[in-house]
Amino acid sequence: MTTPISSDLDLSTSLQQESWAAQLKRKLRPGEVMVESSLFIVGILTIFITLAITFVLGDQALLFFADPEVSLQEFFLTTSWQPQAEQFGIWALVSATLTTSAIAISVALPLGLSAAIYLSEYANPRARAILKPVLETLAGIPTVVYGYFALLFVSPLLRSLIGTDKLGVYNMLSAGLVMGIMILPLISSMSEDALSAVPNSLREGAYAMGATRLEVSTQVLVPAAFSGIGAAVIVGIARAVGETMIVAIASGAGPKFTFNPLDSAETMTGHIARISGGDLPYGTLDYTSLFAIALMLFLITLILNLISQWIIAKFREQYE
Amino acid sequence: MLPENSQYAIETRNLSIFYGNFEAVKNVNLQIEKQRITAIIGPSGCGKSTLLRAFNRMNDFVPSSHVKGEILLHGTNLYGKEIDPVEVRRKIGMVFQKPNPFPKSIYENIAWGARINGYKGNMDDLVEQSLRGAALWDEVKDKLKQSAYALSGGQQQRLCIARAIAVQPEIILMDEPASALDPISTLRIEELMQELKKNYTIIIVTHNMQQAARVSDYTAMMMLYEDTRSGTVIEYDKTEIIFTRPKDKRTEDYVTGRFG
Repeated sequence: MTTPISSDLDLSTSLQQESWAAQLKRKLRPGEVMVESSLFIVGILTIFITLAITFVLGDQALLFFADPEVSLQEFFLTTSWQPQAEQFGIWALVSATLTTSAIAISVALPLGLSAAIYLSEYANPRARAILKPVLETLAGIPTVVYGYFALLFVSPLLRSLIGTDKLGVYNMLSAGLVMGIMILPLISSMSEDALSAVPNSLREGAYAMGATRLEVSTQVLVPAAFSGIGAAVIVGIARAVGETMIVAIASGAGPKFTFNPLDSAETMTGHIARISGGDLPYGTLDYTSLFAIALMLFLITLILNLISQWIIAKFREQYE
Repeated sequence: MLPENSQYAIETRNLSIFYGNFEAVKNVNLQIEKQRITAIIGPSGCGKSTLLRAFNRMNDFVPSSHVKGEILLHGTNLYGKEIDPVEVRRKIGMVFQKPNPFPKSIYENIAWGARINGYKGNMDDLVEQSLRGAALWDEVKDKLKQSAYALSGGQQQRLCIARAIAVQPEIILMDEPASALDPISTLRIEELMQELKKNYTIIIVTHNMQQAARVSDYTAMMMLYEDTRSGTVIEYDKTEIIFTRPKDKRTEDYVTGRFG
């Protein structure tokens, strides 16, 4: 009599085992697969677009450098950019890009960092609620508006201060200053994020030593947030280097090798914008030269990005 | 009044601490003895840390916090209108629950506080002296330029103590200074406290009953009022009395582990 019962038990156990195996069986989840593959495609797409742009730039730039009229040595080591005279010295354009960007960052860094410190450490919630959106509005102004602001307001103002004989209508100073205002919100909001991310225990520790708010902000928090602030500065510079409209409108047309802010000179972006706006015959040296400039710009911003990543990695603080 | 002021390091009179309308700590009267270790014990949320932070005005950073009553340091009310909280914190140092060294070198961690406090003497000497005072010198003397974050948790906490004594305060507040440390590091901190009390008055908040019994000379027992959820000191006496023959039944229940 015991045998059937025991076999029944065996049966139920093995049934149960089967049903466990069935319960744990790998299930098809079409939604999951679809989401996963579309995310994968989107990810691949961005890489593909970057590669495609690099390829087009490189391809056309290669045509430029392959031309017998052009040599790499001339491109990198001379300072005159006169396509008509077949002179292609990139420094005539790089100098203006560096000058306007340097002016921009020397405006945006002190102002942006001060604004960040104020918003993060000093402002009461009400002042913050008003000031932060106002500052962010600056980021929303179209650059063409900034460009005309530089040309029609800042430049005349500077001319009346410095003297119309010393400063022309088109000059790098006003373009650089306005570009600084443009990147200010970027610097301030990234720096503010970096400051806010510093753990409160550090603030408390510093205040408990009898430090004033200014000492805590400038001597403990800013150094602690250095990696974030450094990254903000690099991103700001990259933004200034790539900015086109303001310099195209306000800093002048015509490449010129100069680092004098009072001069008018054309930046790399400004030059590309002006030349490509005209009817440029495909395949000519003028045409391919634009791609060589663009490739240079691409390299500069790439290097800046690498520096910024290096800064973040090198100076990131482990607060624990 | 005057002899009393010279007898105590610091005292509170009818001290109540508010967050907005909520009375977190109610009517505390404590006379803290000079160059002794006073422990504040009690269940979680009874206002121990709030009370401790009132002594160096760290509660000022909590918007809407305010106090009633007085905290007297040498007869001066620390919450008087003309009092500068920055100056209060220079006289009353603090060590926190989690070690929080600055993201600077070991040397700079000590030197910074002294510098902002206007120290004009030999900085190298001060750094050595402070590190010796915190029983850390032998372990770090060869790596003063290294980041403070390279140190272990226990070493970091002793660095924070060294940092606090470098500005030569009168009183050092400790907010559960060993709760994030392993038993050996804890023991070292406790030994260090015995050394420190030769020169400083120490007030320590601790959850650890054995620690309070081991290190402190006086103990203040805090408890919540059931109805208002405000904390207050229910008993304050020599530590051996609190732990052996407390007057209050609630203290006895708490220190013997019957609740809390």
